[in-house]
Amino acid sequence: MNVIERTVANVTTWFNDRTPGLMPAYKKHMSEYYAPKNFNLWYYFGSLAMLVLVNQIVTGIFLTMNFKPSAAEAFASVEYIMRDVEGGWLIRYMHSTGASLFFVVVYLHMFRAMLYGSYQKPRELVWILGMLIFLTLMAEAFLGYVLPWGQMSYWGAQVIINLFGAIPVVGPELTEWIRGDYLVSDATLNRFFALHVIALPLVILLLVVLHLGALHEVGSNNPEGVDIKKVKDENGKPKDGIPFHPYYTVKDLFGVGFFLTIAAFILFFIPELGGLFLEYDNFIPTDPMVTPAHIKPVWYFTPYYAMLRAIPSFLGTQVWGVMVMGGAVLILFGLPWFDRCKVKSIRYRPMLHKVLISLFVIAFVTLAWLGMQSGSPVQTWTARGLTLFYFAFFLTMPFWSTWGQTKAVPDRVPDHD
Amino acid sequence: MANHEVNTGRRRFLTTTTAVVGAIGAGFAAVPFVTSFKPSARAKTAGAPVTINIAKIDNEPGMRIIQQWRGKPVWIFKRTPEQLAALKTLDGNLRDPNSDNPDQTPAFAKNEARTIKGKENIAVIVGICTHLGCSPSYIPEMLPQSFDAEWKGGFYCPCHQSRFDLAGRVFQGVPAPSNLEIPPYHYADDNTIVIGVAPEGAA
Repeated sequence: MNVIERTVANVTTWFNDRTPGLMPAYKKHMSEYYAPKNFNLWYYFGSLAMLVLVNQIVTGIFLTMNFKPSAAEAFASVEYIMRDVEGGWLIRYMHSTGASLFFVVVYLHMFRAMLYGSYQKPRELVWILGMLIFLTLMAEAFLGYVLPWGQMSYWGAQVIINLFGAIPVVGPELTEWIRGDYLVSDATLNRFFALHVIALPLVILLLVVLHLGALHEVGSNNPEGVDIKKVKDENGKPKDGIPFHPYYTVKDLFGVGFFLTIAAFILFFIPELGGLFLEYDNFIPTDPMVTPAHIKPVWYFTPYYAMLRAIPSFLGTQVWGVMVMGGAVLILFGLPWFDRCKVKSIRYRPMLHKVLISLFVIAFVTLAWLGMQSGSPVQTWTARGLTLFYFAFFLTMPFWSTWGQTKAVPDRVPDHD
Repeated sequence: MANHEVNTGRRRFLTTTTAVVGAIGAGFAAVPFVTSFKPSARAKTAGAPVTINIAKIDNEPGMRIIQQWRGKPVWIFKRTPEQLAALKTLDGNLRDPNSDNPDQTPAFAKNEARTIKGKENIAVIVGICTHLGCSPSYIPEMLPQSFDAEWKGGFYCPCHQSRFDLAGRVFQGVPAPSNLEIPPYHYADDNTIVIGVAPEGAA
């Protein structure tokens, strides 16, 4: 042992004597966390979501150093960051592009779970915690979009806060309580800033820890839906598992490189992505007297927004559209119980399942597109039909998921050893 | 102190009461945090009535003044006799043609034109859509529109396609559940409107 090795050993021992839980934790979550060795491309998005989360936190901290959370100064301070702060434009675009890419990877991550039945027993809690992250992330993204105090910020906040006004009896008072004023104003912006930069990020971080903790308790699923714990070697390690570190850390680093290349292209060449990532109307300062001619949320909310406005009000209240929109998100929580198929992965499911999941994707993407359009009668009726399909897909899943002939799931991943 | 027997009943009672008292204390401690979210005293005092001179509106039919009142846009605009006559013809297409819902229409304005009597041509309406609070666009021309081939003039909300006539009454089959709000207002003299105070004798 040379002097360096001896020092490292001594330091390690010093820490292990004082925090005996540290090495076991590292082993449990990294060096001896056995993940199935047949992960494919779909398994990049979890670690990419973590990467984007770190990006949002770091760039966000630096943005707060120049941002002024007041109605009088917010818009100008964002422009100040963009024009006068050295490197400020890059940090701001990293944050705004990061927000959209966060939803890209999270939506793909969720779809992966649908493809391979990763939410099925015993991973229901992993799915629920993931859904809570998704819900909190939506709130976080909405609050953040209000901060630049452009026209879309203001009128978007107006619309979303008024959704709570549809709740019977307490609605109007509740909206006042959320705004801290009789209209969206300085008080609203200031509290949204507080929630966006500290309250919700703390919640998200806590949920991410729980999400990973719950996952590492039951182990990762894989594209085959095979339970790797069934076949173990003489040391009790799954034969089809490989330690997360170094195998998957290296694989994920490759994914990171690929992802950052795409992110950098957007960042440097098309940071607004044609009005999808940053809407043009948001480059106009807030004017409470004039609503922009074409108001719409950022792309990641548009499927739900299309449902909201497709539902007409009746019985003197518009609470129905709000319930449908909220229900469309909340219904996802029930997925582990709706799906009663005895195999997990789409690879072993009957053709009917593949067709229905494909139709679901088409419906969801079409709704997202409809949510960006101005809403002609044809579009409204299309949105109504697709909304119906969206709900029917989940509510009839307990039935159709048991139909058809499934293929036999092998004990081990097909291309082992 | 020689008795070492554990009185589990008493122990459970003490644990439960401590937990309950603690929970009540936490509830009370939450009060200032919850109330701090309510509109502050400064926000409350900002809701005073506003006075506006409308002399210039007479020069040009179709012209609209947007006056801020409690942070909301209030539209003041003049309607031509043809536009007023067209209001009646729309009754069948409206959700609440007689303005029966008192939440949006004060008693003094419960009439076809939804104004103070004797001043039917001047509309005073809060320009906030009753759906989700956008400000609808003013389209006074009686010309066919992409969303309505028999448009008699009115308001079209760009957010969710709600439509209102020139008296702020909501059409059927749109997301907005009720007519646009008429604020309390009265005339101080022929050309001066006070928004925020109802006419004398009116509720």
